[in-house]
Amino acid sequence: MHPVETANNPLFEAFKALCNGLADPRLSFLLAAVGLFVMLRFRRQVFNWWVGGLVLILEAVVILIGLKDPNFHLIVAKPDNVPITIMLFLTTITFWLAMVQAVENERRAEQKLPPAEKETSQSKTWVWPDLLYIEFIALIIVSVALILWAIYLRAPLEEPANPSATPNPSKAPWYFLGLQEMLVYYDPWYAGVVLPLIIIAGLCAIPYIDNNPKGNGYYTFSERKFAITSFLFGYLALWVFMIITGTFLRGPGWNFFGPFEYWDPHKVVALNNVNVSDYVWVVFFPKIYRATHIEWFNQGLPNVQNVIWQLVPPSMENTVAFFHEVGQALKREFAGILFLGFYFLALPGALAKTWLKKFYENTDVIRYSVLVMLVLTMGTLPLKMVCRWLFNLKYFVDTPWIKF
Amino acid sequence: MLKSLKESDFGAQVKKSIFRVGIPNTDRKRVLIVLGNVFLHLHPTKVRTSGVKLRYTWCAGGLSFFLFLVLTLTGVLLMFYYRPTVEGAYVDMLDIRSQVPFGIMRELHRWSAHAMVIMVMVHMFRVFMTGSYKPPREFNWVIGVILLVLTFLLSFTGYLLPWDQLAIWAITVGSNMAKAHPLVGAGGPFSDFLQIGGVPLVHPGSDARFMLLGAKEIGGTTLLRFYVLHCVGIPLGAAVLMAVHFWRIRKDGGISGPL
Repeated sequence: MHPVETANNPLFEAFKALCNGLADPRLSFLLAAVGLFVMLRFRRQVFNWWVGGLVLILEAVVILIGLKDPNFHLIVAKPDNVPITIMLFLTTITFWLAMVQAVENERRAEQKLPPAEKETSQSKTWVWPDLLYIEFIALIIVSVALILWAIYLRAPLEEPANPSATPNPSKAPWYFLGLQEMLVYYDPWYAGVVLPLIIIAGLCAIPYIDNNPKGNGYYTFSERKFAITSFLFGYLALWVFMIITGTFLRGPGWNFFGPFEYWDPHKVVALNNVNVSDYVWVVFFPKIYRATHIEWFNQGLPNVQNVIWQLVPPSMENTVAFFHEVGQALKREFAGILFLGFYFLALPGALAKTWLKKFYENTDVIRYSVLVMLVLTMGTLPLKMVCRWLFNLKYFVDTPWIKF
Repeated sequence: MLKSLKESDFGAQVKKSIFRVGIPNTDRKRVLIVLGNVFLHLHPTKVRTSGVKLRYTWCAGGLSFFLFLVLTLTGVLLMFYYRPTVEGAYVDMLDIRSQVPFGIMRELHRWSAHAMVIMVMVHMFRVFMTGSYKPPREFNWVIGVILLVLTFLLSFTGYLLPWDQLAIWAITVGSNMAKAHPLVGAGGPFSDFLQIGGVPLVHPGSDARFMLLGAKEIGGTTLLRFYVLHCVGIPLGAAVLMAVHFWRIRKDGGISGPL
C-alpha cells in the first residue's frame, strides 16, 4: 500500500481536512459525549422525523462522498468493516427510534395521558396468524438481505497464517476493539481482564440496583433520566465510539489517523507520558525532593525495585525487602493514591449528599455502593482519556506490581 | 380397485398425523395449532398487542435467534468441507471459495455472524430503553447478558478458523488478555508471587493463556480447541441458555408492556 495522490479539488480537500480534524479523538470524543448530553437535554427539538432523517442522510452523504477518496475507500470498503458501517447506521436509527417514542410519551404524560404502549397493552393478539406473519416477513427480508450481502461481498481471506509476520496494525475482532482501545489508557490486566468483568457484572447488576418502578415496558426518558443517561453514555459515547475509532481511525502502531489520511507505518508520535508522581514531586516539592536526595531518574522517582515477595518458603529477609519497596512506592505515589482514595472512597459519600441524593435516600447502602462504584469505574475511562490529552498523564499510581 | 382408491383415507391419515389441526379458521384451532407445534409453542397462544408492534421490539430478539439458526445451518454445511488442522484449514478455505457449488456458504456464515453480534447488541439496547429488565424480568436480563457474552465468544472462536493472517493475529491480540490475568496469567500482576523456593508456578507454559491456546503460541492445538468450542461447546451452552431465556419470557408474564 502506498500513499495515494488525490485529485486536487479544493472543496473536496477542505471537506477531507474538516473530517480529519473532527475525527481526532480529542475532539470527536468531546463531541460525542457533550453531543449526547445536549441531545438528551434538547430531546424535544432533536428527536423528530426531520432531524433524524437529516442525520441519516448526512451520515450517508459523508460516507458516499468519502468513498471517492482512495485512503478512505481502503479502510471503509474492507469487507470486514462493512458491518461496522451497518452498525453505525443501526445505532443511529435505534437510538433515534427509542428517543422519538420516549419524547412522544413525555408529551402524552403532560396531557395526563398514559404512555402510547398502554393503549394496546391491555388487549391481546393471536400469535397465529398476527405475530407469526410479522416474524415470517422479518425473516424473509433478513434472509434476502443476507443472501444479497453474501453474493456481492466475498468473505475476507488473507494470506495463510504466518506467526513470524506480524501485521501492523494487529487488531482484535471488532467487538473487542473497545477493550483494545482501553489498552492505550490502562494496563493490560485492567483493560483486558478487570474492566471486561466489571462491565459484565455491572450489566447483570442493572436490574437489581435500578429500583425505580417507573418506565417498565414502555419508552421513556423523563421518568428514568439517570439510568438512561448513564447507560447511553457507556453504550454510545464509550463502547460504540471506541469500536468505530478502533476500526476506522487506528492505524499502524495503533496511532491515530483521520479517515482521509494514509496509514503511514512510519508515523512517529512522541511518547512523553508522565505519571502523577512525576508532576507532584518535580513541580510541587522540589525542595523535599532535593533534600532527601531522591535521585532524578527519567522513569520516575524515587526508584522502586520490583521485589518479588516469596511466600513459600517464607523468608524474613525477602519479606522485609519487599515491604521496604512497598513503603517506597507508597511514598513516591502518595499523590495518586490520595487522589484514587478520594475518588473511590470520598466521592461516593459526597455524591450521596449532592447529585445522587434522591437515589441514596430511596435505596439501601448495598445498592447505592454498587451503583456508585460502577459509575465511578466507568468514569475513570473518560477521566484518563482527558488527562492523557491535556497533561500527557500515564498513570495515577505506578508501582512495579500494580499500575493504574 | 378404483373405488377402493377413492375411498381410502390414507392421505387424510398421513395429513392428520402431521398437522393435527387443519386450517386454523376458528379461535379454537388458532390455540391448538400453536400449542400442538413444538416450534410454535415457544410462543403463547396470545400476546400483548403492544408487544407485537414493530416499533416496540424492532424484531431484534427474534432476529438474533433467527441468525443463530442460520449460523447453525450454514455452520453444519461448512463442517463438511473443513478440517481443523494447520495443514488443512487454509486449503479448505480456498476450496470452499472456489470448488463448492453455490459457494456462498462461508459468506453467509460470516455476515450472519457479524449481523448476530450487532442484533444482540441492538436487542439489549431495546430491552434497556423500554425498561423491560425491571421486575419480574431481572433474572432474564442476566441470562441475556450471558448470552451476549457467549455471542461474542462464538464469534471470537470462529474468527480463528480460516487460519489466515487476519485470523491468527486477531486471536493473538484477543488472547493476550488471558496472559494479563492477575495471579493466573504469566504477564499479569502478582503471578510471580506464586512460586515455591524460586520456582515459578505460573509461567507461559502453565498460565491462563496456555490453557486457552493449548500451547505457548497459537498453533494446531489452538485451532482444534477453538473449533470444538466454536462448533460444539459454546453453541450447546448458548442453546441451553436460549431455552431458559425464552421460557422465562413466558414465565415472567410475557413480553413487557405497561400494566
